[in-house]
Amino acid sequence: MRFVDEYRDGAAARTLAEAIRRKVTRPWTLMEVCGGQTHSIVRYGLDELLPPEVSLLHGPGCPVCVTPVAIIDQALAIAARPGVTFCSFGDMLRVPGSAEDLFAVKSRGADVRVVYSPLDALALARELPDREVVFFAVGFETTAPANALAVAQARREGLANFSILVSHVRVPPALEAILASPQRRVDGFLAAGHVCAVMGTEEYGPLAAKHHVPIVVTAFEPVDLLQGILLCVSQLEEGRAEVENQYARLVQAGGNRPAQALIGEVFQGVDRTWRGIGPIPGSGLGLRPAYAAFDAARRFGVEGVGGPESAACQSGQVLQGLLKPMDCPAFGKACTPDHPLGATMVSSEGACAAYFRYRRFAPVEAL
Amino acid sequence: MCLGVPGRILDVQEGPLRLGRVAFGPTVKEVSLACVPEAVPGEWVVVHAGLALERLDEAEARRVFESLAELEAGWGERP
Repeated sequence: MRFVDEYRDGAAARTLAEAIRRKVTRPWTLMEVCGGQTHSIVRYGLDELLPPEVSLLHGPGCPVCVTPVAIIDQALAIAARPGVTFCSFGDMLRVPGSAEDLFAVKSRGADVRVVYSPLDALALARELPDREVVFFAVGFETTAPANALAVAQARREGLANFSILVSHVRVPPALEAILASPQRRVDGFLAAGHVCAVMGTEEYGPLAAKHHVPIVVTAFEPVDLLQGILLCVSQLEEGRAEVENQYARLVQAGGNRPAQALIGEVFQGVDRTWRGIGPIPGSGLGLRPAYAAFDAARRFGVEGVGGPESAACQSGQVLQGLLKPMDCPAFGKACTPDHPLGATMVSSEGACAAYFRYRRFAPVEAL
Repeated sequence: MCLGVPGRILDVQEGPLRLGRVAFGPTVKEVSLACVPEAVPGEWVVVHAGLALERLDEAEARRVFESLAELEAGWGERP
């Protein structure tokens, strides 16, 4: 067992597609929450294996895409300061702020570095005691424990030159916002597997019951996604609305308790604005007062910085499943991965970038 | 962004960060095993942003394929 290749098996995928065809009697619209799932669906053409009754909408689960323009502008302002080493996951560097992106600041000489983990930024802070090392802490619940661990460790070590610019978001408040919308088109969700590995499935029971919507925790490979779709469609056909776990090889109902303890120690719930969508109450994580000394926005006095986003970008509609990328007038014309108007075209997990990459210029990898 | 990569633990050094080497195919990286305190060398974990999120359960991993066999058995002849 290698835990990856097995789940890309074409025969298994065809069996599941056939099971879905046999199960479906009516039209159903499902939303996969996570951008990693969207990427797999479009890359492997899984939507094209499904019967015409089953439609997939691509959800808001790409943190690169939903980080608000104001926080990108704050990142740009901090990164441009002399004496700052600004560390980020690579896919944030091309996300446009209101005027430019981190690459532009880097090209003018700013010390902007791509790291793989917040622990790499922490190591840099130890190596460069004369510089301010700032980590751009974006992400969903999946990424929060690693960021919390880095901050807690910085405090243990007394590393005064380390701080984080926080733009953490949480999945359940976003699902609540989508379900409560008068424009709701979603009949069932494929919940984000790695978010649930950390947080467990307990937060989803009340959502499933309140809105009578099946929620199937699903992994990321083709066989996983098709099995998640089968479980979700089976619930819909049978009139059930339960939380089910397709990703049982990793996700436990209670989630990972040490990870939750780290998040609870360092972060607290805050209101957060989502790019393209707007403010969602209680949808973010911010540093607790005990860790305020590690808050880069405060340390560098940029809390008030931030301009508006491009009016031509309709990513908010895409992120809520109300618009398919190819139906946007700017798609592939004014907006391409080289010249993105908005973040859904930047991130490799953004729905617009996935369609641009796999549906326009590259053949779909057949299963 | 929430990409998680399965890897096999090679060794662990106890400490606040519980660092250990994890093999992802031919690539070996140092990651924190702080959130999987019971994980030991030889076990598989899913790693995200330098932190192991959880251990992989091999029996559950096989169950996906057992359920496929049950589906096909229920159909009788393949269509």
